[in-house]
Amino acid sequence: MLYREAGQFKTSYSADQAMLTIPLDRWFVFALAAFATVGVPLLASEYLMVSILIPVLILSIAALGLNILTGYCGQLSLGTGAFMAAGAYLAYKIATNITWLPIWVVIPLAGLCAAAIGIAFGLPSLRIKGFYLAVATLAAQFFLLWLFVKVPWFVNNSISGVPPAPPRSVFGFQVTGAAAGNEAKYLFVLAFVIALAWIARNMARSRIGRSWMAIRDMDIAAELVGIRPLPTKLSAFAVSSFYCGVAGALWAMCYINTVEPTAFDINRSFQVLFMVIVGGLGSVLGSFLGAAFIFLLPIFLNSAPGWIGYSVASDTITHIEFMLFGVLIIFFLIVEPHGLARLWQIAKEKLRLWPFPY
Amino acid sequence: MLTKKLVTAGVAAAIAAGAVGVVQAEEGQFIPALTYRTGPYAPGGIPTANGFTDYFRLVNERDGGVNGVKFIVEECEYGYKTDRGVECYDRLKDKHGGATVVSPYSTGTTYALIEKATNDKIPILSMGYGRTSAADGRIFPYVFNFPATYWSQATAVIQYIANEMGGREALNGQRFAFIYLDHPYGKEPIPTLDILAEKFGFTYDKYPVPFATGTEQKSIWLQIRRTKPAYIIMWGWGVMNATAVKEAGNIRFDMSRFIGNWWSASEQDVLPAGDGAIGYKGATFNGSGTGYKVFDDLEGVSGLNGGDDMGTVLYNRGMVNAAYVVEAVRLAQEKYGKGKRVTGEQVRWAFENLDLTAEDIEALGLTGLMPPTKVTCLNHEGTNPAILIQQWNGKAWEIITDWIPAMTDVVRPLIEQDAAQYAQENNITPRDCS
Amino acid sequence: METLYLIFIDPFVQMVVEPAFLVEVLIGGLTSGVMYSLVALGFVLIFKASGIFNFAQGIFVLFAALNFVGLMDLGVHPILAFIITIGIMTALAFAVDRLVLRPLVNQDPIILFMATIGIAFFLEGFGETLWGGDVRPVRVGIPDAALFWQLGFGEILVQSADLFAGVIAAFLVTVLALFFHFTPVGRALRAVADDHQAALSVGIPLNNIWVIVWAVAGFVALAAGIMWGAKLGVQFALSTIALKALPVLILGGFTSIPGAIIGGLIVGAGEKLFENYWGVPLLEGATEDWFAYIVAMIFLFFRPQGLFGEKIIERV
Repeated sequence: MLYREAGQFKTSYSADQAMLTIPLDRWFVFALAAFATVGVPLLASEYLMVSILIPVLILSIAALGLNILTGYCGQLSLGTGAFMAAGAYLAYKIATNITWLPIWVVIPLAGLCAAAIGIAFGLPSLRIKGFYLAVATLAAQFFLLWLFVKVPWFVNNSISGVPPAPPRSVFGFQVTGAAAGNEAKYLFVLAFVIALAWIARNMARSRIGRSWMAIRDMDIAAELVGIRPLPTKLSAFAVSSFYCGVAGALWAMCYINTVEPTAFDINRSFQVLFMVIVGGLGSVLGSFLGAAFIFLLPIFLNSAPGWIGYSVASDTITHIEFMLFGVLIIFFLIVEPHGLARLWQIAKEKLRLWPFPY
Repeated sequence: MLTKKLVTAGVAAAIAAGAVGVVQAEEGQFIPALTYRTGPYAPGGIPTANGFTDYFRLVNERDGGVNGVKFIVEECEYGYKTDRGVECYDRLKDKHGGATVVSPYSTGTTYALIEKATNDKIPILSMGYGRTSAADGRIFPYVFNFPATYWSQATAVIQYIANEMGGREALNGQRFAFIYLDHPYGKEPIPTLDILAEKFGFTYDKYPVPFATGTEQKSIWLQIRRTKPAYIIMWGWGVMNATAVKEAGNIRFDMSRFIGNWWSASEQDVLPAGDGAIGYKGATFNGSGTGYKVFDDLEGVSGLNGGDDMGTVLYNRGMVNAAYVVEAVRLAQEKYGKGKRVTGEQVRWAFENLDLTAEDIEALGLTGLMPPTKVTCLNHEGTNPAILIQQWNGKAWEIITDWIPAMTDVVRPLIEQDAAQYAQENNITPRDCS
Repeated sequence: METLYLIFIDPFVQMVVEPAFLVEVLIGGLTSGVMYSLVALGFVLIFKASGIFNFAQGIFVLFAALNFVGLMDLGVHPILAFIITIGIMTALAFAVDRLVLRPLVNQDPIILFMATIGIAFFLEGFGETLWGGDVRPVRVGIPDAALFWQLGFGEILVQSADLFAGVIAAFLVTVLALFFHFTPVGRALRAVADDHQAALSVGIPLNNIWVIVWAVAGFVALAAGIMWGAKLGVQFALSTIALKALPVLILGGFTSIPGAIIGGLIVGAGEKLFENYWGVPLLEGATEDWFAYIVAMIFLFFRPQGLFGEKIIERV
């Protein structure tokens, strides 16, 4: 009743090819974007913006990246953390050495470097599949982190090895480093998120996205119908690493404000993988839902007892947090293996009939 | 449908988390405690956190706080993860009228918080860890790392070796081994060691231990067995230490010539090696054991976290950390009004003017537990950085030396150089400390 | 030229000049390889029987060791503690089967993989709640002395604990091999591994089989946990260390028990040789974190199913 797909007639090709063909969807997404841009900076507290929204948005980009590789192209990867690290270290290197380059160019550039590295580590995907490939991508994870720690060139020979994010501005507002205003930082990250989500959505429904999905569903069959596996798989690796690189650069520049290796260790790779799977494989929306869910659940579990005035030892809370997290993952997989995005879809289907179901 | 509701509720509640920055009614001197009692680094995190929180409890119960202002300690568990550490800091910093001081106990989190805390005007007390060049108070006004930095510690360890070998001249031509965690933390002292090597004519081999596991050391110890270094110095953390101590025992290395830094020499590091660890030495700046007056006071205090940890190296270090904070708060109250809670900014001033003499420490019942410390605006590491060497006798850590001063003439220029580079990269104008 | 010499000639010269060191490096490598194999074995067992990539195996190692040491610290005799722990691991296998695997039967492998990650999280929290996060040394009388062997070309050092681990691994593999070949349950397990449906149709009860496999994997985890724990003390870092079993797995093949053992030995010996002869002189060391993965990756280029894995036949 409220949400209808029927009776919405398209009268032109451009309407038919629009990203969101249903007006209600379109309005909803526009309203959400507008609210995120205007409403959130006005209303949200500092904690909400800096410690919740910024990391969730950045991790959404990483999840989008991994979703392109794993969800759309079917190549399981456990090297996300390393590609994020590549973005972070190279963004720092570029930003500090080519100081006149605006930061909004530096970060995509770092993403491109990460993409190049991603292609190199994507080469084995031609021969290796499934979990074998997943473990092979761990090579990237461990090798790249070792490299970034080992070679002081990446951090400009800084003695400490953990350089702070250089302060840079966009339109006169500082957006990186700790001194940056919360709103400026948030909007800077948000701009990347919106742009990259829009690109991802469009890639997924264009020729390249369809060839990814063909490879995912059955690579030999795809090859037989004329999709070349090499460029297809490598393009997925490249795009995915680009997204991860941008996420890593933003993580270092706008969230933790330093470039340091532990932020991108193997646990980060797993965290992003959880986001993709819990959110929904092969879904842009799922990447956002997954990122929010996986990042916020531990924080929620950790601070929930405090709100109801119940005081528990902090380590007990963390133990419970781990157990609940594990149980919830299993619970979700059992109830809805296709992730949160699928739940959203089910909700929409219900809304179509609501409030008068058959 | 149940799941959907659960998800909605979960996400909604989590988002609402941000809005709950409500000011609690309770007033007092608020100390956020960033702890890691879980995860791979928990063996080190638990005693440290216990000592830190127990001392505040003691001060609250024994003295009724500082001039009647009680401490409110709230823990936030971050599992040694940098991003969770930052989140914890953000969550706690405005509670109970604002955080007094923050001590993250992790190099990564300390680095991530330096600029943030400076902006929020909350001092960081990274006691013997974190960013070494923060000792330059002109460029890092809010970061303190007394009683000694890693670089000072490295020079003092070399000085100790020189003492053992019979003077600095004896270092000439010697070959040492340096085992470190392959991570910015482990690599910290390398520039200092390079300078010392050149100055005194010794050489040293670098043995990085892979970071991901910390236990891949077989090759290192085979190499050491072959090269037979005169001394081994170790900069390790977590499970790496225990492995190294054990492997050193395995190759029958003379443990009295194996020296760990102060994050590599606690009970957790030697116990798994059993008797093989006897004789292992480590740097420290605090005493271990329970033979101090303050432990008599602790006896009657209720609700302590300690237990078996009491008297361990890291428990006592946590107490020393808390004691520094308490004394800084006391000093700040003397200047800004007794019996009133002080702000982070005021405590920063107090840290900068902290002058704990041996008599002050005696009065606190902490003699032998913490070193006399004098901090200045210029020098946030304290004006007399020095270390003690302790040795494991199979049951306890025994302190076997007097204070060994660091070679400040070597360290200070390095600190100023690194701080200046930092200032230049971040457009910071050094403040005037004269 | 200098670099080329260091890469291609110098290491081999070193090996010939100092054979005792080479032997030490090799022994050191093989003995750490055995430890990787012990963990990898558990992965293989489960993957072979159910096609599940059990990410929780690392935590199983830790959880088993924690229970064992925890019980011993409570004053339980080691043998009794061992038996009780086997009981706990069996109960765990049963719970995993009933609560996780059965509801997820017929799902994609990646979903099952995720579910095992959920198990890993749960057990990590559960284990810490039960036993706390401190280091617990294992004292079960595993001989731990340095043996100096005089060989013709010099003296070499061998750890008796490492030899002991080797013996345990050999013993485990033999027992498992016998179990798989000569017992009805073992045969049923192999039948299930070959083809679930065919096994079902000849009357092999799938459910029980899965419980048995997970219990056996739990038993292997306990053995691995005790060995690792004796080396490092039982602590939570063990679960990270268990990741080292992954390159062993891809090298040996996910479905081969001998592959896990031989893969472990290759990885162990290879990374130690590389670290000592190439890593330290050329790359400043600490190469052991990634070397195994790079080798495995390159190796897979030529043999995508691993050393002993089943040949992959693909059809449209």
